[in-house]
Amino acid sequence: MKASNTLTLLSAALLLSACGGEGDNTQARGPDPKLPEQQSSLLPSMKIAEPTPWGNEKPKVPDGYSVTAIATDLAIPRQTLVLPNGDILVAEGRGGSAAKLKPKDVIASVIKAQGNTKVKSGNRITLLRDADGDGTYELKTVFADNLNAPYGLAFADGKLYVANQDALVRFDYTDGQTKASGAPVKVTDLPAQINHHWTKSLAVSDDGRHLYVGIGSNSNITERGMEVEIDRAMVWQVDATTGAHRPYATGLRNPTALTIQPDSGQLWTVVNERDELGPDLVPDYLTSVREGAFYGWPYSYWGQNVDPRAQPQNPAKVAAAIKPDYSLGSHVAALGVDFSTPAMGEQFAEGVFVGEHGSWNRDNPVGYKVIFVPFSHGKPAGQPIDFATGFRGDDGKTRGRPVGVTVDPKGALIIADDLANTIWRVTRNQ
Amino acid sequence: MTTLPAYRHTPGPLHATLLAGTVPLFLGALISDIAYGQTYQIQWANFASWLIAGALVFCGFALLFALVNLLRAEHKVGRPAVYCLLLLATWVLGLVNAFQHAKDAYAMMPTGLVLSVVVTVLSVVATWVGLTNLRSGAAQ
Repeated sequence: MKASNTLTLLSAALLLSACGGEGDNTQARGPDPKLPEQQSSLLPSMKIAEPTPWGNEKPKVPDGYSVTAIATDLAIPRQTLVLPNGDILVAEGRGGSAAKLKPKDVIASVIKAQGNTKVKSGNRITLLRDADGDGTYELKTVFADNLNAPYGLAFADGKLYVANQDALVRFDYTDGQTKASGAPVKVTDLPAQINHHWTKSLAVSDDGRHLYVGIGSNSNITERGMEVEIDRAMVWQVDATTGAHRPYATGLRNPTALTIQPDSGQLWTVVNERDELGPDLVPDYLTSVREGAFYGWPYSYWGQNVDPRAQPQNPAKVAAAIKPDYSLGSHVAALGVDFSTPAMGEQFAEGVFVGEHGSWNRDNPVGYKVIFVPFSHGKPAGQPIDFATGFRGDDGKTRGRPVGVTVDPKGALIIADDLANTIWRVTRNQ
Repeated sequence: MTTLPAYRHTPGPLHATLLAGTVPLFLGALISDIAYGQTYQIQWANFASWLIAGALVFCGFALLFALVNLLRAEHKVGRPAVYCLLLLATWVLGLVNAFQHAKDAYAMMPTGLVLSVVVTVLSVVATWVGLTNLRSGAAQ
């Protein structure tokens, strides 16, 4: 009897040790975040979203702005694209087929699934059209289907590029088209083995000659082995005509969204950093992508902070690692980024919008919102501003999870919500 | 003089199998840990994780048998109690070791290796004591 009491006490102690003190204000955001010491708890903290329908509720947006659901009942919308004629394309799907290697993977996958939609992967692209410009997207039709977990979308020179989880493909597009005229043409295969991080983000240079593909790592921190990280955790530059590719920047753990800065043509990305070093490590970040640069994963983070979990270590790579531009806070899971336009209003004229899917391994959840990072002279300047919130309510229930954000040049922000399977459109009141 | 039949104090064949099976499973995990530490080949860490999970199942059921035997025994002290406590310690530390092994990549080292050594030794001792019980039990 004594023995079983001891056991109860022990397991209680184990559970308690998992609950660290995690304040709200511990998140370091901005260009020079103060990073805490690494922590290693026996049981990692987990706080999974409790999904609940929006009902009559909506995301909260700043005064002077309105938000509408312009499409519902989608099949896991991730990224969106606004075509020259104002039509919106939505990539829908879920990829990944990573084997469960440890007992932990089996348990964690069951727990994490609680916080996601139960809808089946759409594997398609849906087109939304507002023909009369009244803000109601009356046409919702399938533009292309039978794709393989499409995610990144880009348009240039009459060609629509789609990054499936295993290949970059291309459709010819003529203005006003509502359905693809045929099966897509493959530009190049993309690294697809295991696909622990399966999303392939995409951007195209202004001249349409180069495509940039963000390829996530095949693990949190090499726990699937170093061998499977070849061609992972990097951004590829792909020649749009020949499909030839080369690494453009490396050491980016999971570059989940890419965008080109207007005027400068500079490539920017948001990156999801590694887990299990504590609630306030490692910050997810927003950064300009410097050609040829190495950003640390897996050997180090935020410059020269060595991660001892990546073995054998590589001091030369650590020394070469450069710091990203701007911390978004740890575990926020930034999945969308796009540059604003003056049509979005004075306060939001210069900067980027970032969609934050929200944390799952932090006692005090963070993210679950769309923020605006103000820019000045082409660089991030100042603290982020909440732009769309209320995805996770004060009641602890989660109604939506933002993914891709796209700025409509007419002055609207398109937000894909992959929990409620909804597309939100935020506009300025006239 | 005892009123209870001797078998209530001693492991039966199933109990003995579960108990003895714990040893090679924890030992296998220990050897896998050593291999991982030497080579950084992650598959060894995966093997260790599953071997520990299997050991916890074997050890858990053996512990259940041991506890029931102890509860039904007339004398709840001495060797049967020591056996139970040893097995309990093995299982609890084995569980801690399972969590330690759930950490990604090299984060499980070196604590995971140390725990594997301790748990393997404990499981050998517990099995030794438990099966010695089996021999001497009939003589009581």
